[in-house]
Amino acid sequence: MADLTSEFVGIKSPNPFWLASAPPTDKEYNVRRAFDAGWGGVVWKTLGLDPHVVNVNGPRYGAIYGAERRLLGLNNIELITDRPLQTNLDEIKVVKRDYPDRAMIVSLMVPCEEEPWKFILPLVEDTGADGVELNFGCPHGMSERGMGSAVGQVPEYIEMVTRWVKANTRMPVIVKLTPNITDIRKPAEAAMKGGADAVSLINTINSITSVDLDLFAPEPTIDGKGAHGGYCGPAVKPIALNMVAEIARDPALGQVPISGIGGITTWRDAAEFMALGAGNVQVCTAAMTYGFKIVQEMISGLSDYMDSKGLSSVDEIVGRAVPNVTDWQHLNLNYIAKAKINQDLCISCGRCFAACEDTSHQAIAMSEDRTFTVIDEECVACNLCVNVCPVEACITMEAMAPGLVDPRTGKVVEPDYANWTTHPNNPAAKAAE
Amino acid sequence: MSSDTFTPGIVPGRLDDAAYAEQFSDLHPPLDPHEALVAADRCYFCHDAPCITACPTDIDIPLFIRQIATGTPDAAAKTILSQNIMGGMCARVCPTEQLCEEACVRELAEGKPVLIGQLQRYATDHLQDQGIHPFSRAAATGKTVAVVGAGPAGLSCAHRLAMLGHDVVVYDARPKAGGLNEYGIATYKTVEGFAQAEVDWLLQIGGIRIEYGKALGREETLESLRSGYDAVFLGMGLGGVNALGADGAQKEGVVNAVDFIAELRQAEDVAQVPVGRDVVVIGGGMTAIDAAVQAKLLGALNVTLVYRRGRDRMNASVFEQDLAASKGVRIVTHAVPTAVIGNGAVREIEFDYVDDAMTPTGQTLRLAADQVFRAIGQTLVGDGLPALDGRKIQVDAAGRTSVEGVWAGGDCAAGGDDLTVTAVAEGRDAAMDIHATLTGAVGLNPALRKEGIWLI
Repeated sequence: MADLTSEFVGIKSPNPFWLASAPPTDKEYNVRRAFDAGWGGVVWKTLGLDPHVVNVNGPRYGAIYGAERRLLGLNNIELITDRPLQTNLDEIKVVKRDYPDRAMIVSLMVPCEEEPWKFILPLVEDTGADGVELNFGCPHGMSERGMGSAVGQVPEYIEMVTRWVKANTRMPVIVKLTPNITDIRKPAEAAMKGGADAVSLINTINSITSVDLDLFAPEPTIDGKGAHGGYCGPAVKPIALNMVAEIARDPALGQVPISGIGGITTWRDAAEFMALGAGNVQVCTAAMTYGFKIVQEMISGLSDYMDSKGLSSVDEIVGRAVPNVTDWQHLNLNYIAKAKINQDLCISCGRCFAACEDTSHQAIAMSEDRTFTVIDEECVACNLCVNVCPVEACITMEAMAPGLVDPRTGKVVEPDYANWTTHPNNPAAKAAE
Repeated sequence: MSSDTFTPGIVPGRLDDAAYAEQFSDLHPPLDPHEALVAADRCYFCHDAPCITACPTDIDIPLFIRQIATGTPDAAAKTILSQNIMGGMCARVCPTEQLCEEACVRELAEGKPVLIGQLQRYATDHLQDQGIHPFSRAAATGKTVAVVGAGPAGLSCAHRLAMLGHDVVVYDARPKAGGLNEYGIATYKTVEGFAQAEVDWLLQIGGIRIEYGKALGREETLESLRSGYDAVFLGMGLGGVNALGADGAQKEGVVNAVDFIAELRQAEDVAQVPVGRDVVVIGGGMTAIDAAVQAKLLGALNVTLVYRRGRDRMNASVFEQDLAASKGVRIVTHAVPTAVIGNGAVREIEFDYVDDAMTPTGQTLRLAADQVFRAIGQTLVGDGLPALDGRKIQVDAAGRTSVEGVWAGGDCAAGGDDLTVTAVAEGRDAAMDIHATLTGAVGLNPALRKEGIWLI
């Protein structure tokens, strides 16, 4: 069993798995269950000023599904906590007292003025919480009132509010970023300028999950109407991974601690976020889908992975893939691969053929007896056949060794790295040095 | 007088009344909507799918399953029925484990095919339970066609012809339409009068009249039909039963399995159908299995199915053999009946054991029997028929016989398996050729295209 102890901006937790600020962390009852199940920390659902907000009493979530009605994406229009501030503060205090080894972060969202921050921060400090997370991310409801993503979409506001918060608390400050912007590096940079100790991302994405074709109304539908909500769950993971990597690989931002969020469902997802630079991860939709027990799989899975790799600390994973994230122009154009179909694994469904024949490069041949083979003369190694094949590892991409002749181009596979910046077809190419 | 499973002789009422309903309930209860979605989810939507190739009627299976998965079961039903107007019955009686489901790539991948048959039933039931007939007739052609036999081949042919605008008269020897669907299939495969409901639904197309109680060679002749109609389709099936080549085969209690099956299907109350205590079924096809299983379900104490070759040579599918075994039917192979023993009524039956070359081994088997079912194949009956190929009517790929203006399909025609689905395909294809012959039409039929039928 590997040591999963995590320390994130000075906050210790027995593992790097935190529950994100969201419905699962709204109450003492839930959080106790989460800690009992094994979660390393929680970010308590966002507190605001009294009078507390109210939530809709119709459906708050919409969903999209994959096969077997597996929940792939969730859309949420619930606002921040709809309970009195003092109730939350009291509960945070007793839970932190009873679970001193777990990380207790409190998410905050108050109006964009310094006074409310000056008011609420001491109250949070008094609970014994380990840190605060500034909710600049929620894209629905609160943003209409000038909070949440309305702040997160304006880097100047992020910097200003972060500075107020740092000036009024000794606690570590994590700034939670909205993905509903063009370039995630700008708000991250603003947070750093304001003195943030870390950023967390992504918050949810503006979305309408579906439309009721009888009512002609977006889902979730509240009395015939629907509002856009925040999209999360496995479907958003690729977007979140890219945004985490964008920050992690930016030389100017590269050292900012990142708490990774966005569709993390398994230990593997968590490890991927960490490899791209996240110091720890936050989970919500997976817990909302399967309950808190999933953390036990995440713990055992990450531990087994670390043992198999001979890693003794989760920090050894963090950022390890960042050097391999690059720009397209730096990809090796001399690298040549071909698809290869393992005939022993192939079940002859022909999906690779349909995909390649109809929508790609006509690089798969189909015989009378439904044997599918790759035509190397046509294959550009696009990977679509791999992606549509229902059998894992049946189709693989095999690199061609330098010196061989690519049957598609008739050219010898060059051993040397060469990218677009020096390619003769690039009008802006620089001569190779 | 009450009887039970130990009562000797051929008697009804061996079971409690409640037991019959349980015994003869649906073999595969229909999928509910949730089960259908879960089952449909497993389809990979294969390219040029092997299941389509394996289906004698070429139903676009991946398409109809996708239509179920996307919440449009009635569209799925139309996809099925456009290729196979008896898709509802075929969903119940097809040996799917030897056809579409055997070819399913998930059979190869995991040994668990997509439940194609049950999904097909889900879709067709969904549409037919609403009484919807999804096809309409093309403009009248003024042509008339006589169809002999209101079984799967005949009705399939008649429906397609009617849809194309021809007027069809179907002659059937029995008092009900449906052929083997109505008279020749085990009760638990088609419960709640489905066969008649399907016929009624099929006839909603219009333009089809059925003349009951009229058989070829009895009330009608091929010549009279040829002169009275523009074309004739023969789909009367196999009306005769092969005789048992054993001494004493005429003894009381030795009966045709098909008659027993028909009696059960037509019985108002299966409890009134008598069955022996010690039943022996001779044969290795679906009819033998249907008779053996139902004899057991009726409460027979011992049911033994005796086949002259090995199990691998049986026409009944492995699924059917296993079904019989699971119901308590004993299957004996490599045994040929030599003598039916008894004083007036059968009491025992004796067999010679034979090797794979059918040579007696010198060993014998004697089984107690108060009822013996012959299920060793059916034969074509009738005089003045077109030329035969072996023991059946010779046809070409389009179903044309040696006689001009006469087509044939289904079990009475040579070639193809004796399956409902094959009969439906042959009837349909003959109808297309009859249509082409009568009207000179070639290529994709605009009337069918309007109905969403693109194949063929």
